[in-house]
Amino acid sequence: MYRYDNYDHKMLEDRVAQFRDQTARFLKGDLADNEFLPLRLQNGLYIQRMAPMLRIAVPYGMLSSKQLLKLAYIADHYDKGYGHFTTRQNIQFNWPALVDVPDILEHLAEVEMHSIQTSGNCIRNTTTDQFAGSAQNEIEDSRPYCEIIRQWSTFHPEFAYLPRKFKIAVCGTKDDQAATQVHDIGLFIVRNDAGELGFKVLVGGGLGRTPVIGKEIRAFLPKDELLTYLDAILRVYNREGRRDNKYKARIKILVKATGVDAFRDKVEKEWQALKGGPLVLTEEEFARCKSFFHDPAYKALPEQSVALQEALTRDVLFTSWYQQNVDAHKKPGYAIVTVSLKKTGTAPGDVTAEQMRFIAALAEQYSFGEVRVSHEQNVILADVEQDALFELWNALKSQSLGTANVGLLSDIICCPGGDFCALANAKSIPIAESIQRKFDDPVLQREIGELSLNISGCMNACGHHHVGNIGILGVDKKGSEFYQISLGGSADNNTALGQIVGPSFSQEDVPGVIERIIAVYLRQRLDSERFIETFNRIGIAPFKEEVYGKAN
Amino acid sequence: MAKLIKNRALVSDEWSLLKEISSLEEIADLHDQALIVPLSFWQEHKSALQNRSSKCAVWLNSHELPETLVDDLPSLELIALNFPSFADGRAYSSARELRNSLGYKGEIRAIGDVLRDQLFYMARCGFDAFSLRDDQNVETALEAFDDFEDGYQVSVDKPLPLFRRRAS
Repeated sequence: MYRYDNYDHKMLEDRVAQFRDQTARFLKGDLADNEFLPLRLQNGLYIQRMAPMLRIAVPYGMLSSKQLLKLAYIADHYDKGYGHFTTRQNIQFNWPALVDVPDILEHLAEVEMHSIQTSGNCIRNTTTDQFAGSAQNEIEDSRPYCEIIRQWSTFHPEFAYLPRKFKIAVCGTKDDQAATQVHDIGLFIVRNDAGELGFKVLVGGGLGRTPVIGKEIRAFLPKDELLTYLDAILRVYNREGRRDNKYKARIKILVKATGVDAFRDKVEKEWQALKGGPLVLTEEEFARCKSFFHDPAYKALPEQSVALQEALTRDVLFTSWYQQNVDAHKKPGYAIVTVSLKKTGTAPGDVTAEQMRFIAALAEQYSFGEVRVSHEQNVILADVEQDALFELWNALKSQSLGTANVGLLSDIICCPGGDFCALANAKSIPIAESIQRKFDDPVLQREIGELSLNISGCMNACGHHHVGNIGILGVDKKGSEFYQISLGGSADNNTALGQIVGPSFSQEDVPGVIERIIAVYLRQRLDSERFIETFNRIGIAPFKEEVYGKAN
Repeated sequence: MAKLIKNRALVSDEWSLLKEISSLEEIADLHDQALIVPLSFWQEHKSALQNRSSKCAVWLNSHELPETLVDDLPSLELIALNFPSFADGRAYSSARELRNSLGYKGEIRAIGDVLRDQLFYMARCGFDAFSLRDDQNVETALEAFDDFEDGYQVSVDKPLPLFRRRAS
């Protein structure tokens, strides 16, 4: 993991002091609401329905067990004993008091954490594949590049007051798990014909009320020009992005209005002045950043673990968990474990302080003291010996963390919705729970197979409903909460935006409608087709017909 | 007296800012005053303004591009960049463009909705003079320039990004 040096520490210390002073001036009445607003947002602080909400950055999803212990401490001392992992690999606390926030930030700084730019019209936390560095089929570990981007974007003086928020994702794996194509900038690590490393650059992707898949503006950007090119894109956006209407202010609208070719020309023109300049990355800097992400001290292990094979023949429940929650690792004898935070009855992504401490201890014992967070709102132990999987599973079960549903219907991505969020049109957590209850039978879920179901409580789309195989969007219909359902979305290599099935449904009707949608799939699927494959083959019509009845 | 911070010190302002002006007659009586005029007015009356007995400078609104002034830069002692709202961040890019791409060495002054909590970033982008909004406390605002000891990016006072300085 990246470790702070004196420069990083000093900057964080200065930031805490700055925000302490700003908060004091606000509480004294010297700083107006609207003037304090962007300052607190750029420190992750929202004012929500119940209380302030503090969003803490988990840079590209990496946490040490020490950091997780600190989050548990904050949950216990400043919140109600739990936190919520978000779809941007961050963590949110829903109940801190405004006056306590500077102290919380000071606690975080002790473990090299912060809430810088987790909100506001600025460059947000850079996200990546939760398996980075451990995945099979990786082109290159994305984390050193994410760290380079983190530093470049942190306190960037030119881009703190952009037209709107700005999200960057980096993908270094063959199978994109970071929804990279629906980010303002999506960077895919690639090699050119000469074998040199660089980035394919997508721009103008995003969800929200106008979902767009990013467009390629550069097939190959040499890696050392990463920051000069990002500076160029951001400058064009800062200059030309719309500021008259916040719903049309994201870069995707600018790229659409300008046309991708003309937008590319503008970036190239801006880039000419920057490329080759002081921002060109050096071999020393690459080496320095990579040094934090070297392989941990893996043991030389046989490809197959005898203990694992024995456990798999012995225990059916363990086998189900293994099949759903464990992925192949690049090293023989190791595995990647996804700990599901989607147990029925618990808000998706929520984790108690006790569970945090427990996971931190497991990370110490089984996975080199590190944990990752996925945008699907689960927690990953990325370097576990296969020999230890059975023992680990038993431990997880003891803390309600053994749910064997990763990638299945009940592994729902879900925003906090109307229970917490001031922006929401409708609740989302109870919808998730009602669907989980409808499909509570694990055998049925496995029979249905791989399927993503994403729920957002409003069109801001924090729950990524556009890119769920099944997407659910909370809407306000004359003061009542209704739910619009879309099908066919996907956030992987074949990213697609879902199509709306038709008129929205009441909360009570949603689980039954999902059941009918699943029934169509089970009837129509061929062989081992996944839901998305069946949908792509048969289209939306049969689902429509089942849900609304035949048109007269 | 207007409140002006220049090069991190409080100074008296020798310039008069004309937010709106439509004809040369309006400034006929101001021949002994240094003036900052809107871009459109400058473009329309450039030769007359360059030949007046006192100095003349230009202010750009946030949507107006510094490239427009490229031919005039050597003769302009001051360019002011307006913040219609402190949340409108376009002038940060304009300042960097003026300093880094166009090599402008004169004064870059922040005008409009200029507040204490944005000064640090403005300074890093190349602003060196700040005409703060009337209600701001200029004495305490001076502390803003020390909000951070260092930054990761390039800035006017540190032309190398941290990664190039840190490596050595």
